[in-house]
Formats: sequence, C-alpha cells, structure tokens
Amino acid sequence: MDMTVHEQAVVLGMHEESELKLEVATQWQLTWWKFRKHKLAMFSGGVVIFFYLVAIFAEFFAPWERTQYIAEYVYAPPQPVHLFDDGKWSPHVKGLTFERDPDSFKKIWKIDDENKIPITLFAKGAEYKVGLHWMPVPYLNDLYFTTSRHLIGAKDPTQPMYLMGADKSGRDILTRLIYSTRISLSVGLVGVGVSLMLGITLGGLSGLVGGWVDNVIQRLIEIVMSVPDLPIMLAIAASVPLDWSVIKVYFLITLVIALRSWTGLARVVRSKFLSLREDDFILAAKLDGAPQSRLIFRHMLPSFYSHIIASLTLALPGMILGETALSFLGLGLRAPAVSWGVMLQETQKVAVLALYPWLLWPAAAVITIVLAFNFLGDGLRDAADPY
Amino acid sequence: MWQYILRRFTYMIFTVWIISLITFAVIQLPPGDYVSTMVSQMINSGMDELPPDFEQEVRAQYGLDQPIYVQYYKWMRNIIRDGEFGYSWIYRRDAKDIMVERLPASFAISAFSVLFIWMIALPIGIYSAVKQYSLADYTFTLIGFIGLAVPNFLFALILLFISYKYMDQAMIGLYSQKYETAPWSLAKFWDLVKHLWIPVVIIGTSGTAGLIRTMRANLLDELNKPYVDTARSKGLSETTLLWRYPVRHALNPFISTIGWILPSLIAGELIVSIVLNLPTSGPVIFNSLMDQDMYVAAGFILILSTLTVLGTFISDLMLALLDPRIRLS
Repeated sequence: MDMTVHEQAVVLGMHEESELKLEVATQWQLTWWKFRKHKLAMFSGGVVIFFYLVAIFAEFFAPWERTQYIAEYVYAPPQPVHLFDDGKWSPHVKGLTFERDPDSFKKIWKIDDENKIPITLFAKGAEYKVGLHWMPVPYLNDLYFTTSRHLIGAKDPTQPMYLMGADKSGRDILTRLIYSTRISLSVGLVGVGVSLMLGITLGGLSGLVGGWVDNVIQRLIEIVMSVPDLPIMLAIAASVPLDWSVIKVYFLITLVIALRSWTGLARVVRSKFLSLREDDFILAAKLDGAPQSRLIFRHMLPSFYSHIIASLTLALPGMILGETALSFLGLGLRAPAVSWGVMLQETQKVAVLALYPWLLWPAAAVITIVLAFNFLGDGLRDAADPY
Repeated sequence: MWQYILRRFTYMIFTVWIISLITFAVIQLPPGDYVSTMVSQMINSGMDELPPDFEQEVRAQYGLDQPIYVQYYKWMRNIIRDGEFGYSWIYRRDAKDIMVERLPASFAISAFSVLFIWMIALPIGIYSAVKQYSLADYTFTLIGFIGLAVPNFLFALILLFISYKYMDQAMIGLYSQKYETAPWSLAKFWDLVKHLWIPVVIIGTSGTAGLIRTMRANLLDELNKPYVDTARSKGLSETTLLWRYPVRHALNPFISTIGWILPSLIAGELIVSIVLNLPTSGPVIFNSLMDQDMYVAAGFILILSTLTVLGTFISDLMLALLDPRIRLS
C-alpha cells in the first residue's frame, strides 16, 4: 500500500464522516435511505402519487366534463392518437362515421380517414374551479381560481375525442375512469383510517393490558378472521335501502370493507407492544419515572410507526379490490357515483364485453394501482426496520 | 396435548355460535321481509283484492311475526335437533335440499384450490429462496404479484371473454350436459373434477403469491442458520441438506395458512361462481340475499363459516402435531 499518511487520513476521515452521518441520522432518515435502494418500490411510489394527483385534479386531467355525453356516439370505439400528418407535426385523432347493420340495426363504427380532428395539450374546454371552493368554511372557500384548460383535448371542444372509447350512453370512458379514481382511491384511505383506529386501539389494549382483555380481543380477532367475509359483506350491502344518498352508501360500504382488515394491524400492534414492554429502553424510561402515557406515545408508538405505515399500505389494495368487487356485483356504490367497479358493471354481460372490449379499461387501472401498492408496501416493510 | 385440543375445540364451538348470531342478525337487516316482497309482487301482477289481514296471516304461518330472538331460537333448534335449515320461499323446497345439491361443488372447488396453491407455491417458494435474486426468482415473484393484483372476478371475466370469443362455450360450467341433473355418483364427481380446473386456477392464483412470499422468507431465514453450515461442512449433499432440514422447518406456514386462506377461498369461490354462473353456492347465496329468502342465505353462510372454522381448527391441530413448540407452550 503506497499511501501517504495524508491520504490515509483523508480516507479515514471520510470513512468517519459517513459513519458519523449514519450515527446521527434519525430513524426516518435511515428508513428513507433504505427505502431509496428498493427501485421497484420507488417506482411504485411514483405511480401511487400519480394516481392520487389524477384523483385530486380530475377536472384538469379529464378531457370531458364529468356528466358530458354525446348520445349519437353510443359505444364508439377508441380513436387512436396520430402525432404526424404527412410527416409534419400535427397531433390529431380521426373522426368516426357509422352505418347501421341491416340485420341488428346496431351501429357499426368506422374510422373516417378524411376527417382529422386536431388535438392539443392544455386544450380549452369546460370551465372548472381549482382550490378550496368545496370547503364548507367561509373565507377559506373563496380561495380558488377558475380555468378551462384540460391536459389534453380537441382544439374544437365540440368535436368528439374518445381516446378510450365510449360507453352505452356515449360518455367518454377516459373521463369517467379519471373521475372514478376519486372514489376508488378514497375508499381505501377512509377504510384504512377506520381500521387504523380499530387496530391501534384494540391491538394496543391487548398488548398493554394483557390478561383477560387480551384474551377477549384475541378471540374477537380470531372470529373476525375466520368468518368468510364476502357473504357477510354481501348481506350487509344488500340491505342498503334504495333511497339512501350516495354519501351514506359510500360510508357504509367503506365501513363494511374496513371491518375485515383491522385484524392484521391489531395483531402487529399487539405483538410490538408485547415485545417492547420488555425492551431495555422502555425499562430505562420507566425507571426515570415516565408516566404510562408518555411511555406509550413518546417511546413505544414512534418505534413502530414505520411498521404501521407498511401494514396500512399493504391493506389498501384489499380495500380497493373489495369496493370494486361489491360495486361490480351491483351491491356497492350506485350511479350517479362512479367508481371502477361501477364502470365494470357494464362488462357483466359477456356478449357486451365481446363487442366492446374497451369497457375493460377500468380493470387495467385496478390492476396497476393494486400492484403499485403491493410493491410500495413491500419496500416500506423492508425499510421499516432500518437497524 | 389433550388440554390443548379441548381448549381449541371450545373456542371453535364458541366461534360458530357467534357466527350464527351474526349471520342471523345480518340476514334480518334489510327492511321488510319475504312476505312484503311477495305481497308487492302479487299486487303488481294484478291481484288488487287481497284479504285485509292476508299479510298478517302469512307472516303468522311462517312464524315471521315473532320477535327475532324467538325466530333465532327456533332456527337453531331445528338445525341442531333435526338438521332442518328452514324453507326456501323462492325455490319452494327445503333449504337443506338446495344446500345438499350445491355445497359439494363449492367444497370441491375450495379443496382443489388449496391443493393447487400448495402445488404451485411449494416448489416456487423453495426455488426462489435457494436461487435468491436470480432471474427466475424475480419472474416468479412478479407473476405471483400479478395473480394477487388481478381480482378473481376480473380474471373470471377475462377467461369468459376469451372463451366466448375464441372457443366454444363448453369451457364454462361445472358438469357435462348428461350429468347436469343426475344424482351424485362417482362418474358425476369425475366429470366435475374435469371441469373444475377453471375456477380452481382463477381462485388459486390469488392465493399463491402470499404463500410463495412466506415460504421464501421462512426458508431464507432457515438457510442462514448455523446448523446448515454444520451439515454442509459434514459433507451432506446440497439436495439432501435442503430437504432434510430447512424445508421441513419452513413448512409450518403451509399448514397454518389453511386457516386464513380458507375464508378468502370461500369468498373467491362465491364471486367466481357468480360471474361464471356456476351451479355452486355462489349464485344461490347472491339471489337469496337479493330476494330476502332468508333461510337459504342464512343456512349457506352458516355452513360455509362453520367449515372455515373447522378448517382452521384442523390446521391448528396439525400444526401442534408437527411442531412440539406449539403443543407445549
């Protein structure tokens, strides 16, 4: 090793510096560094963020208005985007014409090569508000602005542009798909909130108090876990009166879905509390005279926040799938609410699906987000314990 | 050991009792009952001259005018004493007969799904652990995750779509035509097995991913333990080494997962049979819930739940037999 003393010192110094950095890093920093290495999880995190952005700014991403339709264009096929026209940059879609099938009187759509509908990014369309206008709080709800720009659209907004085809009433599938992310994704969040409360309370009680309380809660969890949830969910969902408002149905369905997923979290919380009770740093805090509440909220809970976040992320896809399945069967949300499951209801008849396969697009959204949540949760779980 | 079995058994009975309570309560939730549905149907079909106390009389005849706990007591008493599950108003038959007709296929689907999941997950889990981070490991993991992410009903829908578009319809259904209405026989059962693979594959794929992950993780833990090094240094061949010690250790989740896999298998079976319209319990439960045919719905849910709990109980026992640490603690 031909290394001067100086060089050695530099290497050592750097080494010490990085080690020092590692030593003073907080738990969250360590978790983040570990998570960052998991490329697939990072990518999936990006996908999840993108989906939620679409849900929040649905008005901007959707080319059409939420309830807009063109009655003529029933089951119009998707119009592919062409970027060039005669070798020149001119993004457009081609118009559609139809003729009647002489036997069934069904519309047979054809792409009209002559009719080019120019499209553009940030196209002008229907006006909408961005901001806090929906908040029922005075003054705060004045904080918004009005715009009519949409991410993509036809230069002339009266021209049809069905990038993913149309449904049975001539509505744009892409627009409905974008608006339904709101319900489909928020069902998961609300459900996770409910199961978080149940899971932490019951799991915490079980792990901290122990004894017969623990026993009762453990039996309860076992019962909930061994009941095949779908029939019970179907029974509850079937009992929703037809005159209930969309909001009421929404919360009931979310609650029903959440009721089956809190058990896993409760188990994690319980086992964490059980093992932490015996840990040295808890004993030290106890000997320092910290009261029970401080022990729990300052020392125990923060040491496994990351585990909770990971289990919640892994619980989300189940909830999204639950809502989709219930709505698909016609027992979940109903029109005018629109979620991926509600959209997929149209595909129940296989003859319809065979004629108009683009009705299956919501399925792609479901699969993508469920995969993304699974990979993200996997990465979070691996990173949850950085020590 | 006997004490352990007795304790688990008591829990099981208790769980089943709670489930029967929940089931009965949930079935009663919808406003109105079958009689009100029936009366509105009769009025719709043109019978406007119903005797004034007709509704009350029908209700009294079926015992629907009694308080719910009396109805529950009678329902339970008839099940335990006579094995009678009540009467189906829609099918105009005993609920028990419908269950005898429909449930065997449901069980067969669930049982074969467990076998399918094991057959897929065991070799892949072992392979993924031994060849960690290899291309095959990543591929299997990805396929497993896709199986997890595609909801059962969508998978069923896509298969239905493919079979509708590119094949003849014969692929869907559980029996060949000549067995459809035939009584149960060995030949009918064999015919069922031949048709079973579609729902089994659909339901099974959603469960394999989880089990592959558990198997892989458990085996990885075992492979890093010192006893593996010891065995290797003593000159044991890799195959013998792998199968004799770590795999046997890592097998526990296969037994214990039956418990938590069963409810999701039952749920999967229900929704897949609704989509594919298979002659199993799924469509019957769905229709009876929609039309408030309460004894049919309650009977099916109760039996399916009881069998799930029984499955968990058996898997607990097997686990205790296999693993003395559980038995003795």
